[in-house]
Amino acid sequence: MSQHKHQDLFNEPACAKNRDKDETARKKGCGGKSLTPGNAAGGCAFDGAKIVLQPITDAAHLVHGPIACEGNSWDSRHALSSGPQLYRTGFTTDISELDVIYGGEKRLFRAIKEIATRYSPPVIFVYQTCVTAMIGDDIETVCKVATERFGLPVIPVNAPGFVGKKNFGTKLAGEVLLNHVIGTEEPETTTPTDINLLGEYNVSGDLWAVTPLFQRLGIRLLTSITGDARYHQVTKAHRARVNMMVCSQALINVARKMEERWGIPYFEGSFYGVEATGTSLRTIAKILVERGAEAVLVDRTEALIAAEEARVATELAPILADLKGKKVLLYTGVVKSWSMISALHYAGMIVIGSSTRKATKEDKARAAALMGDEGETIDNLPQRDMYRMLKNREADIMLSGGRTQFVALKAMTPWLDSNQERHNAYAGYDGTITLLRAIHKELTNPVWTQVRTPAPWEA
Amino acid sequence: MASVEKSAKTCTINPLKTSQPLGGASAFMGLDGCLPMLHAAQGCTAFALVLLVRHYREAIPFQTTAMNEVTTILGGKDNLEEAILNITKRASPKVIGICSNGLIEARGEDIRGDLKLIRQRHPELEGTALVYASTPDYKGGFQDGWAAAVTVMVEELVEPNLGRDPHQINILAGCHLTPADLEEIRDTVEAFGLNPIILPDIAGSLDGHVADNWVQTTMGGTQVNDIRRMGRSIATLALGLQMEQAARVIEARCDVPFEVYPRLTGLLAWDNFIAALARHSGKPVPASIRRRRSQLLDAMLDGHFYFGHKKIAIAAEPDLLVGLVGFLTDLGASITAAVTTTDSPALAQVPADRVMIGDLDDLEQAAGDCDLLISHSHGARVAERLGIPFFRAGFPLFDRLGAAHKLSVGYRGTRDLIFEIGNLFIAADNHYHHEAEGGKDAPVASH
Repeated sequence: MSQHKHQDLFNEPACAKNRDKDETARKKGCGGKSLTPGNAAGGCAFDGAKIVLQPITDAAHLVHGPIACEGNSWDSRHALSSGPQLYRTGFTTDISELDVIYGGEKRLFRAIKEIATRYSPPVIFVYQTCVTAMIGDDIETVCKVATERFGLPVIPVNAPGFVGKKNFGTKLAGEVLLNHVIGTEEPETTTPTDINLLGEYNVSGDLWAVTPLFQRLGIRLLTSITGDARYHQVTKAHRARVNMMVCSQALINVARKMEERWGIPYFEGSFYGVEATGTSLRTIAKILVERGAEAVLVDRTEALIAAEEARVATELAPILADLKGKKVLLYTGVVKSWSMISALHYAGMIVIGSSTRKATKEDKARAAALMGDEGETIDNLPQRDMYRMLKNREADIMLSGGRTQFVALKAMTPWLDSNQERHNAYAGYDGTITLLRAIHKELTNPVWTQVRTPAPWEA
Repeated sequence: MASVEKSAKTCTINPLKTSQPLGGASAFMGLDGCLPMLHAAQGCTAFALVLLVRHYREAIPFQTTAMNEVTTILGGKDNLEEAILNITKRASPKVIGICSNGLIEARGEDIRGDLKLIRQRHPELEGTALVYASTPDYKGGFQDGWAAAVTVMVEELVEPNLGRDPHQINILAGCHLTPADLEEIRDTVEAFGLNPIILPDIAGSLDGHVADNWVQTTMGGTQVNDIRRMGRSIATLALGLQMEQAARVIEARCDVPFEVYPRLTGLLAWDNFIAALARHSGKPVPASIRRRRSQLLDAMLDGHFYFGHKKIAIAAEPDLLVGLVGFLTDLGASITAAVTTTDSPALAQVPADRVMIGDLDDLEQAAGDCDLLISHSHGARVAERLGIPFFRAGFPLFDRLGAAHKLSVGYRGTRDLIFEIGNLFIAADNHYHHEAEGGKDAPVASH
């Protein structure tokens, strides 16, 4: 089916993980090992594509498929918007048995028409799914005809779940942005300090924890790809002076191709932790100055970093004593595994283990170096082993996503959400304060001593 | 009573419905030592699992056959075999509950045949029940998947000709019942000296208890051996019309008569159920149950003032709709808009003029001047936009604590529901009074 088109994406020269592979492994595609039936977890390519595109807040996101794809998953992420709410509306063709027999293209076209007429959105993204891909619905052609008929861009996102894992879906969505969106409109004005953030989805307002820093530095965030973005901002992203890939290589194809097409340099950075935030701001300033921004930007950046670091130290002083020496098990995705470590080290906490199951060799080495002898990188930690570790009190707290939450709680161990379902922003200086305060709040909750006390008749 | 209409839209906007495989796998969560598995691409399992985790705030041991593009072309048997062997090796479940999705069913795969072959090839699977439910996601919804799974559980497992046990009774539980509801039902049945086999029993597995160890299957729920013995019962009580088909299977195979209870919320509805238990057990109604009935009478007398002529907009799956609409109209409220997910014989029993098969957008369009909106958690934003009070019911409930412990059946459940919904009306009325007097900050009078 779409296999041949994907081969091109499996060869990503800028991706370290991809470079490490031999020819056969590369052909098998990205996202790690192929999945083992009966022992697999995690999202599909469709999920990944939606993670990337859905934060475009004024777009209508229409899922062409049976009810499972949208009905079981809609409006479940905390990618926040400062304005439009249309992106949170669940649109799906909810195909029936008759569509499976006769084809779902007509239903799709009518659904697009209804959305165009009722909402007049600036764009409609149409997501392909497994069943409609298998029966051969040609969403490209339907979208093309609809674009002409309704006078608004209707963009096909051909990332049905069965083509691969979540990571691969994010790359496919990146291609959609490159082929249909970025560079299709020109900004009214440009400045020497225009930047883009790639892979920052404004989860729980993460983006808003760093935008004030940019404002204070006189840096203009041209486009965030795609946290709290509007369609007509993403179209103009090709005029930025630098691309920062936030905490992930997931959109590296977008970064590399934007460099090829429009000469925009990129780097990978993070806003988790005081140190990483400083490094990222310095790198942005340095590249902008190299590309023509006023040299004083570098001094302004240093001044801001110094002031913010002092503020963080003052604000956290009252709780640092309680955090010092506490042991953390970090079970989270990709680059966060190292960026979070430095945030935790700041408070004198000991990271006893960090999952690196989706990380590149470099990321893994980075995490290992940061933890030193205190902790180890973990590729795979079965839930029963995780439970045993926590039950033996080898860690004082676990930071992970919602799926492993109950392993910690049932082992009577403090837990904090560090994934996309969380409700607090942990990015930037304010985010670091929020994160460490949240850990402190969790560790010092009186509930732990109570629930660990055996019933009187069992003692 | 109600006439059934379909939404005029082609595009579903803000879905009310969740998928059949999710409903089927949820039913398998009610068996002990079970590993529910979707025969599908891995994303189907991830979405389903995440939604259940958010609803129950529990770990959910779902697995997947991880179909991909190539295996979709070649057929899913090898993936199915590999998945079953991997699961058995790792988690040694007593049952693997297999739910297919649209990808598999549209290919027309012979899964029953595949399972037979897999069994022949692997004698080591002898102690593991393999139960397969056909649940394509392009048909039906959560409730249909649940019903399909329970039907195959009894088809595959109930053994014929075991004789009769005069104290044993079957309870087939529809998906509209929570763990708290099942706990109430079990206590009530046991109060009559009867031993219930509840299928599926999510009160055993999903009631939010803390165990002393970690297992990779469900922990608690109906025992497979108990399902095998269901043919010995004196009767099957099917709770919800969705359970009628499974009840018929047991009747046909083992001659166990069945009764269907479309709703258990409301005075007369629960009276009917209690009377049946008295009849089957030959025992008088215990004093504690009579006392609770009396409490409900008092709650109805105190509470009905606030329900009379209230306009309600409600969206729920068919069997839940029957119970809630019945309850509300029992107290004098009227139904302005009723929306449901799929067609069902239950809809004929909804005491409203019409029921629409549609989505939350259909509800929103029709609910403008209502006093109360009822739906699962996704309806919260609808209610917010319309500025009307909101009551959460159904699945998923991801934005509040205690979904498993919401009780709405029996005298107690009905009593508490009157208080909970009645208080919403009281709060809204008070709010209105204060707004009218221009005293937004005035303290709310306590009743």
